Amino acid sequence: MKFSLLLFGLLQALRVQAKRYPQFAKRLREKNFTAQMMALDTRGGRWFTFQDGRILSKKGLHPSPDVTLSFATEEVGARLMTPPLKELEQVEAIKNFQMSMDGPDELSLWFTQTIMLMRQQGIEYGTPMPDGTTRYVSHTNGGPMFVYVRNGKIVRITPIEFTEEDAPSWTIEARGKRFTPPRRTSLAPHSMCQKSTVYSPDRLLYPMKRVDFDPNGERNCQNRGISGYERISWDEALDIVAGEIKRVKREHGQGAIMGTHGSHHTWGNLGYYISSAFKFFNIIGTTKVVHNPDSWEGWYWGAMHHFGYSMRLGQTETYSCVEDLMKDAEMVVFWSADPETTSGSYAAFEGTPRRLWLNELGIEVVHIDPYYNNSASLIGGKWLAPKPGTDAALAFAIAHVWLTEGLYDKKFVAERTVGFDKWADYVLGKEDGIPKTPEWQEGETGIPAREARALARQWGRKKTYLGAGGWGNGHGGACRSATGIQWARTLACLMGMQGMGRPGVNYGCMQWGTPIDIRFYFPGYADGGLSGDLEGTGLAINLYQRMPQLPTYNPSTQKIPRLQIPEAILEGKAEGYPWDGKTIEGQFRKFSYPAPGHSPVKMMYKIGGASIGTMNDSNRYVKAYRTDALEFVVNQSIWFEGEAKFADLILPACTQFERWDISEFGGTGGYALHGQTQMNHRVILLQHKCIEPLGESRSDFQIFLDILTRLGHSAYFSEGQTEFDWVKRMFDASDLPKHISWKTFLKKGYFVVPALPEGRRDPVALRWFYEGRKKDVPEPHPLPGDYTEQFLEGLQTQSGKFEFECNSLKRFDPDDPERPPIVKYLRSWEGPGTELYDAYPLQLISPHSRFSYHTLSDGKASAVNDIKEHRVLVDGYYYWVVRINEIDAKKRGITEHDLVRVFNDRGTVICAAHLTNRLPEGTVHAYESSAVYDPLGEPGHSADRGGCINQLTPKRSIAKKVTGTAANSCLVQVELWDGSGELRSASRDARSELVPAE
Amino acid sequence: MKKWNLIVDLAKCFNCNNCALAVHDEYHGNEHPGVAAEMPRQGHRWIDVLQRERGVYPMIDVVSMPVTCNHCDDPPCLKAARDGAVTKRADGIVVIVPEKAKGQRQIMEACPYGAVWWNDEKNLPQAWPFDAHLLDSGWTKTRASQVCPTEAIRTLRLEDDEMLRMVAEEGLEVLHPEYGTKPRVYYKNLDRWRKAFVGGSLAGVIDGVVECLSDIRVELSKDGRTVGTATTDTFGDFRIDGLPEGSGRYRVEIFDPRFGSKEIEVDLGTSVYLGAIMLSGPEARP
Repeated sequence: MKFSLLLFGLLQALRVQAKRYPQFAKRLREKNFTAQMMALDTRGGRWFTFQDGRILSKKGLHPSPDVTLSFATEEVGARLMTPPLKELEQVEAIKNFQMSMDGPDELSLWFTQTIMLMRQQGIEYGTPMPDGTTRYVSHTNGGPMFVYVRNGKIVRITPIEFTEEDAPSWTIEARGKRFTPPRRTSLAPHSMCQKSTVYSPDRLLYPMKRVDFDPNGERNCQNRGISGYERISWDEALDIVAGEIKRVKREHGQGAIMGTHGSHHTWGNLGYYISSAFKFFNIIGTTKVVHNPDSWEGWYWGAMHHFGYSMRLGQTETYSCVEDLMKDAEMVVFWSADPETTSGSYAAFEGTPRRLWLNELGIEVVHIDPYYNNSASLIGGKWLAPKPGTDAALAFAIAHVWLTEGLYDKKFVAERTVGFDKWADYVLGKEDGIPKTPEWQEGETGIPAREARALARQWGRKKTYLGAGGWGNGHGGACRSATGIQWARTLACLMGMQGMGRPGVNYGCMQWGTPIDIRFYFPGYADGGLSGDLEGTGLAINLYQRMPQLPTYNPSTQKIPRLQIPEAILEGKAEGYPWDGKTIEGQFRKFSYPAPGHSPVKMMYKIGGASIGTMNDSNRYVKAYRTDALEFVVNQSIWFEGEAKFADLILPACTQFERWDISEFGGTGGYALHGQTQMNHRVILLQHKCIEPLGESRSDFQIFLDILTRLGHSAYFSEGQTEFDWVKRMFDASDLPKHISWKTFLKKGYFVVPALPEGRRDPVALRWFYEGRKKDVPEPHPLPGDYTEQFLEGLQTQSGKFEFECNSLKRFDPDDPERPPIVKYLRSWEGPGTELYDAYPLQLISPHSRFSYHTLSDGKASAVNDIKEHRVLVDGYYYWVVRINEIDAKKRGITEHDLVRVFNDRGTVICAAHLTNRLPEGTVHAYESSAVYDPLGEPGHSADRGGCINQLTPKRSIAKKVTGTAANSCLVQVELWDGSGELRSASRDARSELVPAE
Repeated sequence: MKKWNLIVDLAKCFNCNNCALAVHDEYHGNEHPGVAAEMPRQGHRWIDVLQRERGVYPMIDVVSMPVTCNHCDDPPCLKAARDGAVTKRADGIVVIVPEKAKGQRQIMEACPYGAVWWNDEKNLPQAWPFDAHLLDSGWTKTRASQVCPTEAIRTLRLEDDEMLRMVAEEGLEVLHPEYGTKPRVYYKNLDRWRKAFVGGSLAGVIDGVVECLSDIRVELSKDGRTVGTATTDTFGDFRIDGLPEGSGRYRVEIFDPRFGSKEIEVDLGTSVYLGAIMLSGPEARP
């Protein structure tokens, strides 16, 4: 069609939509200005003057348009303007200077978004319910949900119950019984409570500025965390932030802005930090905070060297493991695995009904965990409680029994592994004179030798699944401790002895590996969303081709390890090893801060406020905030909690219930590829904007866009589109349009991907390796160049085999005592036998909580505060809970729900004591992830009664040549609280810094 | 007429508290005229989950028990109420009518189960009304049932005689039948909560090494009568369950042709773990 005709058509469309839709007419009244669209070859075009809601327009060029959208030729203009919208052609036109925008961002963005909004008029979404509510759909870290809304207010949140319309569920036949999952999605408690957190009294409803912060005068950085806040307007707030971005770049240069976020965000592929925030950080140019693989640690830095799987950060494939386990396994060993608490991170209680099938099938269960955890309490079984950090000793002893009694898969060891003799020599004590017998392990773990032997024999004789960590193939728990590398490595070696991939022998605890269809394409949150970030996300692999967008690159190459943000700020130095799963060797590339020629960090842009509750030795963070080294701190948060209270300026973000997004239940993509196999059904969600943003809060996308509009980057960030348009783009990019129309999906809000028929299910994980065949599972790993022999033959290791002696570690540093080529036993540097143990004789474990998801859902007057496993109300205050063995409590005069001081040299946390027998003597338990930091004196230098247990955990990396957190356990003392807010030290030389940062 | 009943299976409850949170979601922030005034944001647990442990390290189990208004067929709260502030609906549901119950503290005090909460701000007794407003609008189950991951909580609409049959077939019980209030909330596997076990771990020396002794028969007797038997598992563990708490002296008898026999006297209060019991060789550590 001709360019001029299309322009005329646009005018008509604008007018028609304004006439039909009052909302759109209102939009047209927002601005008075002239926009022009033209072709540069013919100088042909049309102008549109918006005047009090009316549109004046004429063919030809305007003498003084405010905004001009130019196309190189009429042909380009006509092609791009002919519906439907062709994003790839538009992106190509922009990249090749065939299309450009001129004029103030505020007006040009308004103009392009108005054209997009024109297309959105008259959309219908949500389902009217008999009680007068409208039922929308949303999604959280703990599962998707129906959201019932009346008069703009959420009435209730429920799981999604499927109907006959939705695809049927799978059935597994095992041992003469048939099993099929419940026809619904499940919700984790931290999601079930979210109406209460949406309407929390702690919601940030308008921008705020610290009262004694003046960007043009006294900044009073030392008062962060002490001074109060005053309400300011969005314009004022955005001006300050945009002004500070320019100022620090001007005064300090490249790298002066640090962009940082927590491990998690409110759910949604577009609003997620890996999408909008990454794009924003790339566009303004930031020092990147490098996260460590904090749920994988021991597997990433350790087990990976034995078997590869770097693209899963050292965790094995899991295809069809649920069915294999049900059909062939005789025993499951849950080792530091509590899926009933940790919910597979994003899988709510999807695995829970499946685990009940273990009992129905008569499969024996063993739990190895210092705490008698919630999974053990549900399905029962033998409980073995090693002292925290000593698990590897038990694993060595099991290997010792297998070696001496011949209880391992000798054919597999001979054909599929290398280095076995060295491993065997070490286990048998031929190398160091210490046979790693069950009796030897008893001295380390406290588990009777006879029980270790009984376990080893049972495991060696029965086909056994190892459920390591909450996912079954690692993840969480003991891998996050000082000995996490040893734990993961020894477990990998046990599986190397039993023949991983043999029928009934694999990694898993019924959590991963359901028979769903992973060939249906829908991107996960790690796949980059709208970030344009081809280096820091999974975008380049798949989504970039399917959802073309402008690429973004960060001009700064400076990086800070997340675990050392305080050292980087306070000491100006940090070093780290990267989280890079592309190859095994990715983790060897050491980096330093400051980077050559870069400025130290002067400004922090923080999204969320979770660090004090979730990072280790977290009084460090408090101290880092309260210094002039940071000239400006802006925090973008939903709630006024945690480190949001340490910012100079607070930008109020809304929840995902208040904005548009799109996602899949548990769909992460990236390093957790096909993680949807944790779910009983693949459910893809259109996350409706259920309610308007509360107060003056705005979506993260909108906040970034508002800032970038002040910096001239609005078109680059948004491509002229609204969040809703990006949702539609992601729908179009996926396989959804082949199965459901946009109109239906938009209205209904979810789609259940049909499961594979029984005969077409994926092969069982690692069976190909066990049987010496080509890899046949649908996993695009490792990189093609990482195969040693033929493509698809063997593992990612140098030998292509399971390596008891790791070639990659031999190449990197064969003499590293913490990570030798074969795994060896080293005691924890913070455990029994250390000097610190005399002063702090209790081993605290601090795993993830069931009720607080990285501080989401805790505090903020959430409904979970009234759950006694979570917090306890004492004298009108909801205290965090520490669990202590009854005998340990009695020795200290502590009775149920007494307020106690849990402390070490790093800090003091006041908790309510819960007396229990779910822990052996000497071990105490308190979950991490408190959202509340409530110091009783000077922040960073006093006791906290909010419950941030991570003030007590060590900052030391789990090994010198890796950057990993050892936050899962530490040494503490517990005593009755005397009401004082002072810090206390029980060690002889009371120093607050015990170990230098590594 | 069909009436509503709730069945709670203690073998499937693992303290996730989704039921309690769903109640908060339904009643805080919402008014349901005739059924419930708004629940306070904090402090009330109209469905509460109690928890207890049985045994000690390393032989232990943990039992969780949701408790709530029992919707009694003979409700003491109704008798205590004035002006029709408590009603028993034809479908079995007991409702404290928010519009009529203001100030009637005796309604709360009358409940022998402590299932009625006092709303200070509203000066009102409140309890879980079985989601009556939802069932009236077509819901087929309570929100607690809907969110329970293990289907430990079931909502059933049955004729009373059908329910009685089910009670017998599934061994359902109510809490404190001695109160005589005829609850409509039933429990399955209630023994897990109120009964005790006697357990231990058998060990013996084989070829000079202390081993777990599996497949050994253990008998528990009281006053000369055998009340339970067990066979030790892989780890030498045995557990004889279902004993009344505080039921006095028992004798544990262990027989094995290879390792001889042993008798242990137990005075049962709550559940007992006897520790490692050595059948030959030196006494093992407990």
